[in-house]
Amino acid sequence: MSNTLTESGSRGRAGDKVFSGIALFAGCLILFVLFCVAVFLLWQALPTFTADPAEITGGSGFWTYIWPIVIGTLIAAAIALLIATPISIGVALFISHYAPRKLSQGLGYVIDLLAAIPSVVYGAWGMTVLAPALVGPYVWLAENAGWIPIFAGPASQTGKTMLTAGIVLSVMVLPIITSLSREIFLQTPKLHEEAALAMGATRWEMIRMTVFPFARAGIISAIMLGLGRALGETMAVAMVLSGGGLIASLIKSGNQTIAAEIALNFPEAFGLRLAELIAAGLVLFVITLAVNMVARWIVSRHKEFSGAN
Amino acid sequence: MSKRIDVNDLNVYYGNFRAVEGVNINIEARSVTAFIGPSGCGKSTFLRTLNRMHEVLPGARVEGEVLLDGENLYGPGVDPVTVRSQIGMVFQRPNPFPTMSIRDNVLAGVKLNNKRISKSDADALVEKSLTGANLWNEVKDRLDKPGSGLSGGQQQRLCIARAIAVSPQVILMDEPCSALDPISTLAIEDLIEELKTEYTVVIVTHNMQQAARVSDKTAFFNIAGTGKPGKLIEYNDTPTIFNNPSEKSTEDYVSGRFG
Repeated sequence: MSNTLTESGSRGRAGDKVFSGIALFAGCLILFVLFCVAVFLLWQALPTFTADPAEITGGSGFWTYIWPIVIGTLIAAAIALLIATPISIGVALFISHYAPRKLSQGLGYVIDLLAAIPSVVYGAWGMTVLAPALVGPYVWLAENAGWIPIFAGPASQTGKTMLTAGIVLSVMVLPIITSLSREIFLQTPKLHEEAALAMGATRWEMIRMTVFPFARAGIISAIMLGLGRALGETMAVAMVLSGGGLIASLIKSGNQTIAAEIALNFPEAFGLRLAELIAAGLVLFVITLAVNMVARWIVSRHKEFSGAN
Repeated sequence: MSKRIDVNDLNVYYGNFRAVEGVNINIEARSVTAFIGPSGCGKSTFLRTLNRMHEVLPGARVEGEVLLDGENLYGPGVDPVTVRSQIGMVFQRPNPFPTMSIRDNVLAGVKLNNKRISKSDADALVEKSLTGANLWNEVKDRLDKPGSGLSGGQQQRLCIARAIAVSPQVILMDEPCSALDPISTLAIEDLIEELKTEYTVVIVTHNMQQAARVSDKTAFFNIAGTGKPGKLIEYNDTPTIFNNPSEKSTEDYVSGRFG
């Protein structure tokens, strides 16, 4: 009898060990891959930082070369998030709290489908449909709001501008933010929703009192994931934007993003140019890392009130 | 400040399923009325129709009328939001808003519908409500801490403070002590006794001793079997229900022979 006790105990423990081993391995693997990427980028980019500034594209050093496209990348991502975030949260709320159940299921499915469309398709659509369609509005903007630097004219006659790229990107990040937000909204404890309703809250007040505070951290994570895609998106931007130097106007040709810059120049690059582009990749890597850390910090700031305790 | 409730011929449905059938009941103002009965007999469902919380669930609906001092809650043009602000509710599990401080929890209902309140009025109201819920002395030094940091019994009293802060006509309680320890339960029961002087209190409970201790009148609900609608079997003064009920099933239930 004492044998069965020890045997079954040890067998259970073996399974436990295997599982914790696998979990540990998976965790370490991610760190290892991240480490390798960082080492690769640093190693390959090194020539850029040691080279004579005059030899770098533009002729006056790496930072002069990189900062316009860093700004371009951030502008594109900012436009995308500014457009996509309110729409996504609205759609997610509609699906989770307003729509009849049948409609919400169908709608959720369609949104998920939107995420499955390859970015090259978005690029083609942006280039052939959206850009020409936006020429008219851009001309109008240049005429009527031209005194605002970002709408300074003359407007692009092809519509292949930063604003167009930002709009295409916003459509691409929309499904990410929407489906994550929807999942989180649906997890709001019924207990709290009913507490709000029972003291005479309207549906919107109930959402403000219970759903948003509960989902706050989740919404920020969703936006950051969207931002990740917007920052790193290559193909669509490369196809939609006719790039150039940094300019304030969003409706003229010009500006460039890091990802598109790398994609467009990589095939013909060698030697120092290659190192430059990899250094640009390193900068993008650092930006994404920084963005994620800021997001973590925002999420953790209100831990005491998060509802997790 | 408290009103009476008269229910006429109320049927409650979840979709096509009739959960509660033909309830007629008159609940006096400034009294404590207890609903007792076995699980699934529809007493909680019925309680939720008294402040129109039942219809929050998809497909749920009600036939019949509920009169609050003669005014039908289900009449045309009646906004459920207004109904709920006049008839407060305390739930089975304590549910203070976790993202709000203790103070904000108490003020949550008052601040609804964009009503403004000055800081001194708010302070006075917070103290009055928390005192009314016998919680003031325990939390007065940490009003800015989250409500979720309190013990279960304290959280439930915070929920009661939140409910009475809006000066409702009626307070509904859905098994308010079932998740609490005996000492917290006693604190809530004492509180119910005090609330009676100002409010109409309706309480659902599984605990018959509790019904006997706190209520003036008791309603016994029962179902004939699974899938059948729940019915109000007997409604009378609490001592009568417990000592001399007129229905056989009531007697069986209160004497512990079933349920």
